[in-house]
Amino acid sequence: MSSDVGRPGGLARWLDQRVGWRGLMHEALDEPIPGGSRWAYVFGSGLLFVFVNQIVTGICLALYYVPSVDHAHTTVAYIQKEVWGGRFLRGLHSYGSSLMIVLLLLHLAQTFLYGAYKNRRELLWLVGCFLFLLVFGMSFTGYLLPWDRRAYFATAVGTNIVSEIPLVGNFVKTVLRGGPEMGTLTLSRFYVLHVFAIPALIIGAVAMHVFLFRRAGAAGRPVREEKGSELATEVFYPGQVFKDFVFGILLIIALGALALLWPVRLGPVANPADSTYVPRPEWYYLPAFQWLKYWHKGGLIIGIVVIPLLLFGALFGLPFLDRSPRRRPSERPVSVAGFFLVFAAVVFLGFQSGLEDRRDSAVRSKLQAQEKSEEEYSKAPFQPQEEGPMAGPVSASIAPALSPEQSKGALLFESEGCSACHGAGGRGGNGLVKLSGLGKRFTDSQLTGLLRKPLPKMVEGGMQPSELKAPDLAALVAYLRATMN
Amino acid sequence: MSDTLGGPPVGKTSAEARLLPTRRSFFAVLIGSISGVVGILMAVPVLRYLLYPVFRATGGVAWYSVGRADEFAGQGPFRKEVEVRRVDGWRALTSKRAVWVVRDGRNQLAVVSDVCPHLGCGVPWREDEGIFHCPCHHAKFGRNGALIGGPSPRSLDTLPVKVENGMLLVRYEVFRNLVSYKEVIG
Repeated sequence: MSSDVGRPGGLARWLDQRVGWRGLMHEALDEPIPGGSRWAYVFGSGLLFVFVNQIVTGICLALYYVPSVDHAHTTVAYIQKEVWGGRFLRGLHSYGSSLMIVLLLLHLAQTFLYGAYKNRRELLWLVGCFLFLLVFGMSFTGYLLPWDRRAYFATAVGTNIVSEIPLVGNFVKTVLRGGPEMGTLTLSRFYVLHVFAIPALIIGAVAMHVFLFRRAGAAGRPVREEKGSELATEVFYPGQVFKDFVFGILLIIALGALALLWPVRLGPVANPADSTYVPRPEWYYLPAFQWLKYWHKGGLIIGIVVIPLLLFGALFGLPFLDRSPRRRPSERPVSVAGFFLVFAAVVFLGFQSGLEDRRDSAVRSKLQAQEKSEEEYSKAPFQPQEEGPMAGPVSASIAPALSPEQSKGALLFESEGCSACHGAGGRGGNGLVKLSGLGKRFTDSQLTGLLRKPLPKMVEGGMQPSELKAPDLAALVAYLRATMN
Repeated sequence: MSDTLGGPPVGKTSAEARLLPTRRSFFAVLIGSISGVVGILMAVPVLRYLLYPVFRATGGVAWYSVGRADEFAGQGPFRKEVEVRRVDGWRALTSKRAVWVVRDGRNQLAVVSDVCPHLGCGVPWREDEGIFHCPCHHAKFGRNGALIGGPSPRSLDTLPVKVENGMLLVRYEVFRNLVSYKEVIG
């Protein structure tokens, strides 16, 4: 037989006898679709395309990333600002995560509206719902990894929400964080979930999803039951494969264009002491963020446990609740109306969240200032992390001796959150605003005045009027003028 | 009967099915070639990203102070430590490196690295023997760092120096070991 190998088609035959690839191709490509190929069916393949993009770009990011509080932000800045193509690849990964969510919702909506969870497809649907949760888990865990302010505070709030669940909430939060506070153990846990655990589950679940899909066969167009057997079938290849392919190419072009035209940003490093930061989650978590505003105290349990459990119960249990074989939306008005109601509510909550932020001028200006500082930090040149004997904080022998009043001021500088924006000792660094020449440029009373009533430019940068008592403010001013020259 | 993409479809055969072999291979070529082009386009940023450390130009030349030039009266050698800052990927590492200030053949100040050109051990000065004597494999160098004997392929490596404002400055370099010529590797 191996004497064939030299002849045209011989190698293909040789391989087929050993691998059986022709049978596999036949299995993969000649799946019949009742009612023929459609653009509506492209979202599942689209999700796979983007998932592959996430894997490839994710592996690239992991090449330079270090999951430790000491290095995470620096390494992401290095990827973003130094490494060739780093900002682009990080952009593909970041926009890819949003695109995953969009495609997931479209895929879900299509499957739901076509009634494609019926006729022995309960497990297929359940695995799909599980994948839905996994994808949201990926975006939640991945968001923390850059360890900039936005990432840190969004995750701090996100994990705090978990602790509101009665009985187990606090325990779950502590397990997630690896302790009561967010820290380097939190980052390690999120990294392992994001890079090892959840992707492994996703790959397994996708294999099961595709297997169950092929086993049940494509559901096809929803038509009246008696007409179902009259539908002409078309096989998967080439019609559907080509549509999926075109969609995949469009997705790649869209991702590339987003990453090039609106380069992804990195904000200054997370500073847990910054109590003035206004955290906002990524767009796909805004509805949940807004939802939590409406529930307080006694009602909280309804808002964060009962209603979400009912909704997810309805989602997961859909094929068991809606068991009639009728698939056309017009034949099952209740479930379709329920679906659109929930969808409309989610969209409304998302928009409402944005609207409230825009209406509240204090929040709006703070959010704008935060975004501006992110933009500025993204533009600033990369600073390598200094290590060795010359690095680290200014040693005690160099720092000027402080009077008791100035020492009190030094403590206030920390406790009032000044160092969050100006760095330890007002030395700036890492995108923070360095304070210098304070003793030379201002008198005590001028500096006191500025702290009580900051200039518009300072307010824009996030500075807030000080509400300290007069003696405390005097101590702070004494400290500022003595040390920041 | 069988084309390269598998047999004819199962299930219903329509008029279209008879056209399939050519239509199927047309799409195979179309999808294959576009995928190839897009794949190559996508590979470019990925390859640039992966190869960045290989092609990145090394950082600018820095001079480090060894001390005041007039500090080194007499023959020496004088052991000095310089704090060398090296950019190592995303971090900059400042570490102490030892150098020897010696007098070269024309009695000018010179600075030699303490790294043995044999296998990289730090070479100490032995006052009792009046030579540099490597403790690892007994390479021996004279008072000015010139090779006297032992397994080292060359003399102790001299480093570029200059005197500015009375300060002796050195450019700290690392050389390839086990070869008879000096080749800067970092």
